[in-house]
Amino acid sequence: MSALHIKKGSTRHSAYNLRPTFSDVQERHTIAVLVENEPGVLARVIGLFSGRGYNIESLTVAEVDHTGHLSRITIVTTGTPQVIEQIKAQLGRIVPVHEVHDLTVEGPAVERELAIIKVVGEGEKRVEALRLADIFRANVVDSTLNSFIFEITGAPDKIDAFADLMRPLGHVEVARTGVAALLRGE
Amino acid sequence: MTREMTGAKMVVQALKDQGVDTVFGYPGGAVLPIYDEIFLQNDIRHILVRHEQGAVHAAEGYARSTGKPGVALVTSGPGATNAVTGLTDALLDSIPIVVLTGQVPTFMIGSDAFQEADTVGITRPCTKHNWLVKDTDSLAATMHEAFHVATSGRPGPVLVDIPKDVQFASGEYAAPKPSTSHYQPILKGDLEEITELVAAIETAKKPVFYTGGGVINSGPAASQLLRELVEATGFPITSTLMGLGAYPASGKNWLGMLGMHGLYEANLAMHDCDLMINIGARFDDRITGRIDAFSPNSKKAHIDIDPSSINKVIRVDIPIVGDVAHVLEDILKVWKARGRKTDAAAVAKWQDQITDWRKVNCLDFTNSEKTIKPQHALQRLEELTKKHDRYITTEVGQHQMWAAQYLGFEDPNRWMTSGGLGTMGYGFPASIGVQMAHPDALVINVAGEASWLMNMQEMGTAAQYRLPVKQFILNNERLGMVRQWQELLHGERYSHSWSEALPDFVKLAEAFGAKGILCSDPADLDDAIMEMINYDGPVIFDCLVEKHENCFPMIPSGKAHNEMLLGEAETQGVIDSKGSVLV
Repeated sequence: MSALHIKKGSTRHSAYNLRPTFSDVQERHTIAVLVENEPGVLARVIGLFSGRGYNIESLTVAEVDHTGHLSRITIVTTGTPQVIEQIKAQLGRIVPVHEVHDLTVEGPAVERELAIIKVVGEGEKRVEALRLADIFRANVVDSTLNSFIFEITGAPDKIDAFADLMRPLGHVEVARTGVAALLRGE
Repeated sequence: MTREMTGAKMVVQALKDQGVDTVFGYPGGAVLPIYDEIFLQNDIRHILVRHEQGAVHAAEGYARSTGKPGVALVTSGPGATNAVTGLTDALLDSIPIVVLTGQVPTFMIGSDAFQEADTVGITRPCTKHNWLVKDTDSLAATMHEAFHVATSGRPGPVLVDIPKDVQFASGEYAAPKPSTSHYQPILKGDLEEITELVAAIETAKKPVFYTGGGVINSGPAASQLLRELVEATGFPITSTLMGLGAYPASGKNWLGMLGMHGLYEANLAMHDCDLMINIGARFDDRITGRIDAFSPNSKKAHIDIDPSSINKVIRVDIPIVGDVAHVLEDILKVWKARGRKTDAAAVAKWQDQITDWRKVNCLDFTNSEKTIKPQHALQRLEELTKKHDRYITTEVGQHQMWAAQYLGFEDPNRWMTSGGLGTMGYGFPASIGVQMAHPDALVINVAGEASWLMNMQEMGTAAQYRLPVKQFILNNERLGMVRQWQELLHGERYSHSWSEALPDFVKLAEAFGAKGILCSDPADLDDAIMEMINYDGPVIFDCLVEKHENCFPMIPSGKAHNEMLLGEAETQGVIDSKGSVLV
C-alpha cells in the first residue's frame, strides 16, 4: 500500500500514483482531515459520507489550533482502493478543508482511542475484572460496591479485546472516543 | 478602506463591486431590506420571476451564455426551498451562480418561525459551498468569498443566507480584494503527465478527443486552444451534451455528440480508439454505457480541474489535474517543441474508417408529408436560424436529444441545457436569463410540451420585460422519452406518460399578451418559423409533431458503445432485465 508515494501534505493526490487496479479488496484506512473550524463543517464531512454511501467506522473531531481556527477530524473508514481514493478526493474538494492525510498510506502512524467501561458484578467476578484490568493497564476511575468504571487507552483492537473479556464478568457498558491518530516522525 | 453601511446596502454594494448587472429574484418578508436598497439604485437590474426555481434557472442561463456568475435573490423558507432544484442543477453541470436567501432574524433561528427553514442545512449537499451570515461585519467578506468560490476551480452554485436583522444592522463594508482564502485550486497541470500525453499523441494510430463542459467553463481561450490542437493534429473530436460548441459543428474533424443518443461514428470512434483524450468531461453514465465494455483497448488521458473526477468511474492512464486552457496551452507548447509529430499515415487510415461509419447516416429518418417529424422541424429550425446571432436552450427529453443531434453550434456559450440533473422546466427560465444577457440575440427554447408546462408561469416574466424569447415546443402530447422507454422496456404499457388536458398554446400566449403560432402541416413549417423569428416579442410556437417518434441512435441501458440501435427495426427484445433496472 505504501507504493502510493504520496507527497506529505498533498490534498490532491487522488489522481496520481494509484494502486494497480480497481480491486475488490476492502481496506481499512485512517484519514486525518484538517478543516476550518466554521459552523457546519462537520455536517459537510458526514453528509459527504452518507450522501455517497461511504462507511464511517469511527470519527473524532476537536479544534486543535485555536488561533488558526483549525479542527482535526480523524475518520476510520473502509472501502476498496478506488473508494478510498474517491473519499480523499471528495474530502479535498470541500471548501473549508485545508488538508487530507491518509495516515494508513503516509504512515507509520500512532493510533489511540480512549474508552471508559463500566462492569457491574459481584464476588469472584469483581476480583477477576480487577486482575484483567491490571494486565491491560486499565485504570479504575470509579467504584461502587457492585461496579467498577475502568479507563483504558490504546489501539481500537486492544479496547475491543478488553471489552470482550469483561462481558462474561457482569453487565458491561462501554463509551469510546473514537480514534485519534498522528504520523510518526517529523 | 472601509465604509459603514447597513447589511442590506452591503449586499447591493458587493454585487456592484463584483460586476453584477442583473439579478433574478422574488421578494418576500425576509429580504425586504435588500429589496428596499434595490429600489434606491439604478446600477443593478432586478428581474422579477414568477417562481424561485425560475430565478435560479434564469441565473444559470445568464451564467452559461456569458461565462459570468449568475445571481438570484429569494426569500427565506419556501423561497429557499424552491431554489433547491436550480442549485442542484447548477451543481451537476458546474455552473457558477450565487444565490442570496433571506433568513428569519438571528434571534428567531431555531424557533420554527414563520417562513423559517434550515436553508444552509437543506442546501449543503446541493451547493459547492454555503454560508449563514450571523453578523453584519462579516457580510461583505462573505459575499466576496461567495463569488470567489463560485467561479474558482470547478465552478458551481453557492448560497449566502442572510438573516433579516443582519440586513438591518450596520457594519463595515470593504471592497473586494484578491482572495486570500486558502481555497485556490491549482490551474497548471503536471508537466510530466502532460509530456506523457504528448508522447501518446505522437504515436497514436486511432486517437479521439472527447470533450465536455469543462472546456466551456474554462473560458473562450480554452475553445480557441482546443480548435488549434484539433486542427494541428488532425485528430477526430466528439463532445458530450454539455460541451457542444467548444469545437465548431462545421469543423472537418467533428464527429458529433457521443453517448446514449450520440452519433454512430462518435460512439464507434470512442469504442475502437487507441488513445482517448478526455478534456473537461467526466465519464458520465450517459456517455460510457456498460463500464466494463467501455473503449476496451485505449490508453486514456483525462484533463479535469476537479481531482475527484479522475478515476471516479473509469480508470485512466494519464491523469492531468488542471484548468483546460492552461493544460491545453502546455500541451501545445510541449508538442510543438518536440517537433509537432503525429503518426499521420495511421491517423489518415483512422479517418477513412470514420468516413465509412459516417456513411451509415445514423441521423437519417423517414420524413412525412402529412405530419411534422420532430427531427424535420429541428432541421428546418437550424436552416432558418443558423445565420442569426442565436442562443438555444432546451428542456429535457426527446426534443433535447434531437436538438443536440440536429442543431449545429459553432461557438461556446450558445447552448444551454440541463445535462447532469435532467431538469424538466429548465429551458424556459434559462432562455429568459440568456435573453437578459443578450438583448438583441435570437434566443430559442427548444421544448417539449410537458417540460415546458413545468415552468410556464415564467410567461409573465417574458411578457413583463418584453423579452422576445421563442418557445419552440415540439408537441407530441406525450412525455416522449418516458413513452419511448415504456415502449422498449415495459411492454408498451404507457403508464401516465401522456396528458389528456393540454392547453391551447396559442390562446395561452395571447392570455399573456404574447404571440401564439400553431403549426401542424409540414408545408407551413418554414413560413411559421419565419413568422416566429420575425416577431418582436415572446412567441409560443406550438409545433404539433408525430406522436410516436422514437429518438435514435440509442445505446440501450447496460449495453456497450458498439451495441447501439439505429432504428425501430432493431429494437425488439434488446434490453435484458439487467439493463432495464438502469435509468
